[in-house]
Amino acid sequence: MKAGQNPKTKTIQEIKVDIDKCTGCRACEMACSAYHAQPRYSSINPARSRIRVISDELNDEYVPIRAGDYTPAECTGRHIYTINGKEYSECSFCGASCPSRDFFIEPDSGLPLKCDMCESVPALAEPMCVKVCMTDALTYVEREVVREEIPQQKRGQIEVSLEALINQYGLEAVIDSLKQMPQAKNH
Amino acid sequence: MRYAETGFDLEIDLTRGSIDKVATEPDLAELYLGGQGSAAKLIFERVPPDVDAFSPDNLLIFSTGLLHGTPAPAANRTAVNTISPQTNLMSHSLFGGFFGPELKYAGYDKIVIRGKATDLVYLYINNDHVEIRDATHLRGKGSTETGDLIKKELNDQKVQVAAIGLAGENRVYMASIEHNHASAARGVGVIMGDKRLKAIAVRGTKDINVAKPAELFELSQELHQKIGGSDGNGDWMAVDEDDSFHHNHFAWGNARTRIKNYWSPELQERWTNWKYDHMDRQTGCYNCPKKCRNVIKWPGRERFAYKCYGKDTYHMAAFLELDFSYEILGLAQEYGLDSYSTPQVIAFALELLEAGILTDKDFPEMPADSRGRFFYLLEKIVRREGIGDILANSVSQAAIQIGNGAEKFDHNTTKKFEQLPIKLGKVNPAYFLMIATGEKMSITQIEGSFPQDPLPTREQREEFVAKWDAVPDEKFKNYFLNWEKRNDITDEATCDIVDWNEAMHYIDDSTGLCGFVSSFRGQFGGGVAYHMNNIPQVIALATGVAMDKDKLWKAFQRIRTLVRAVNVRRGLRRKDERPPEDHWAVRDEEAEQELLSKYYAFKGWNSEGIPTRQTLERLDLGYVADDLEQRGILVVGADGEVGALGTGVAGGQAAGKAMGVAP
Ligand code: SF4
Ligand code: SF4
Ligand code: SF4
Repeated sequence: MKAGQNPKTKTIQEIKVDIDKCTGCRACEMACSAYHAQPRYSSINPARSRIRVISDELNDEYVPIRAGDYTPAECTGRHIYTINGKEYSECSFCGASCPSRDFFIEPDSGLPLKCDMCESVPALAEPMCVKVCMTDALTYVEREVVREEIPQQKRGQIEVSLEALINQYGLEAVIDSLKQMPQAKNH
Repeated sequence: MRYAETGFDLEIDLTRGSIDKVATEPDLAELYLGGQGSAAKLIFERVPPDVDAFSPDNLLIFSTGLLHGTPAPAANRTAVNTISPQTNLMSHSLFGGFFGPELKYAGYDKIVIRGKATDLVYLYINNDHVEIRDATHLRGKGSTETGDLIKKELNDQKVQVAAIGLAGENRVYMASIEHNHASAARGVGVIMGDKRLKAIAVRGTKDINVAKPAELFELSQELHQKIGGSDGNGDWMAVDEDDSFHHNHFAWGNARTRIKNYWSPELQERWTNWKYDHMDRQTGCYNCPKKCRNVIKWPGRERFAYKCYGKDTYHMAAFLELDFSYEILGLAQEYGLDSYSTPQVIAFALELLEAGILTDKDFPEMPADSRGRFFYLLEKIVRREGIGDILANSVSQAAIQIGNGAEKFDHNTTKKFEQLPIKLGKVNPAYFLMIATGEKMSITQIEGSFPQDPLPTREQREEFVAKWDAVPDEKFKNYFLNWEKRNDITDEATCDIVDWNEAMHYIDDSTGLCGFVSSFRGQFGGGVAYHMNNIPQVIALATGVAMDKDKLWKAFQRIRTLVRAVNVRRGLRRKDERPPEDHWAVRDEEAEQELLSKYYAFKGWNSEGIPTRQTLERLDLGYVADDLEQRGILVVGADGEVGALGTGVAGGQAAGKAMGVAP
């Protein structure tokens, strides 16, 4: 059966990252920004890319990360990971669009950017960033997972979080903040 | 709307502390492309020949290439141009990495720097926000260390930094400008230091627009796949562990000694282990699928990266092995030193000591072993201490200062610039012309499209030309098909070949393309991604300017002739156009001079190598002809014939062994 045909399962698209293979070339940034330009390919600007390569030549650190969800607050503390003797800040692996750094933020509007897996009709064989990455630092896989229970579970989580917020700040304050959030319109 | 370009230069006066964003003429791209091409025009117009390299009026120009910031792969070479104190000519320097594209995204095609700050400063460019900032706290800091400190200070890891190290600060002529693990060589760091500019930090988040989006993207992706998927592009030396070519054929020490059977399997194994035991990874430049740089972390030394022959220069000058290069290169990178010329300067000094022209008194407390001596002299040079103060002025200038016969040991320079340590047998006509007339100071910046050597059989040659897409004209296929012995080729073919080789470099250095996917690489296998037959289309799709092969060729001639005019105005003449006298053991002065005359005529230059009015006008350079006439360099009405033929001294009979260099 082809991916996506079974109503009880859904296709998870994954981009696997092998940071040992990354050369830091940023072709992925170039391609993502071109693909999302209006009209398509009309301009290049890595600052609009939904993938950024965190690189630090002195530390031999090259980490491509894709834009995930918007987060309004800076994290209060960060882990430092030591991998193969090299120290990485937690930020090097975090795809959040957050106030502590100026990427995954649309340079003109200030709105958060999020990877959309190059959604298009017809669908691309593989996302642009993966296509241009010729070192296989990025590879694309599609996986079938069982659909049931997942939405429920997710709603449950949101409910739990909201309840915690309401307990802390009161219902009105939470509703007010939700209304004021600029990205609320975006969703 | 301007496509591919931003349409603005950033003009900085460090004396006055002024910053101006200046709109540029829209038709410049069509005539001078960008990069080194339009930089040459600025230097011709704004740096007259009486301006000394160390004058505040000398310009230091960082140029993006015309294709930087577009989807065209491997367009990332930033050009740095100024007047060199070493040669008194226009310098030619390039570096890869990310700086040029970032500058475009910040909204500028060039940074044009004049004047001098009173103390160390750095330039911070963040889109429209441009600032000259104090850099006294960075004094003495290493080049990549400086980049790291600036990123931390600005709290922005995505800033791209180009910086000088101690060598540049102390106005060492061999000083480089370093950017991450890329290096701008051939003597530009000295002027950055003289201007008291420690670094430039750039961050840009603006769009670069292109004229024909979908077509350009598609063509760029084809080229990207071709570059990444073929070994006809990039630096094969990054992965080929057999480096017998350089070690068996190039000269060791002060470009003196050939060791013909140096390479062995045992040595290769030992060196390969050194490499892979200490290599972190291989990295590439902006928007290029190749990974030409080997990143090495040697115990106790700074992490550094090298490309190509850059790993051999130090140990060959010192008669040592690869571990020595690995040990010294990290330090040399942090000091910001050109790894091609610096080892030659050190080997030259040690030869003078051996010959008794310099004595032990000139080298107080110098270690006895070669390894120790190189580290010792490196320190003396970057600090300009004792003899280092003289050596810091390069081989030619130091030889004059030392005198007492030292000039004879300055045997491997052309136009006062250190050349690759190559000593061969019989004259190779194309190489004679390229080294003699080149103004990019290194043969690697001139050679590259036509193969260095013929293939042995007609069948092999036929096979080669059958898939040779890069030729600008069918005649090159015929030249190659009928070429059997390296030195046996007509003068007509030689002129054409040298011209093509030059054309590709001048185009790359103005569009910002990397030579490893274009001008330098076609000579090895012919299957290079960019060439005369597709670059015009890439330019046209990116810029919207109508471009074809003839127009591009003419742009090359225009830029090349303009560079010559800058240098002619500063005194360059026929007598200076000589390869090192011992480059070949067997010379034929008469034939060489006859070939040189033919080449000058072919280029439309007079017998002194000065472009004629007719040539200049044909290339839309009438303003150059006027200037040269006003200065008496061209005679009005005589179409440029001035002075007697200066053919210089007779061909040298100096050292050098039989030939046998094969790729
Ligand atoms: S294209 Fe691949 S190798 Fe290049 S920076 Fe992106 S992830 Fe790394
Ligand atoms: S999958 Fe597409 S949208 Fe997401 S980062 Fe890659 S190129 Fe950008
Ligand atoms: S071919 Fe090599 S040197 Fe040239 S741009 Fe690509 S990675 Fe850099």
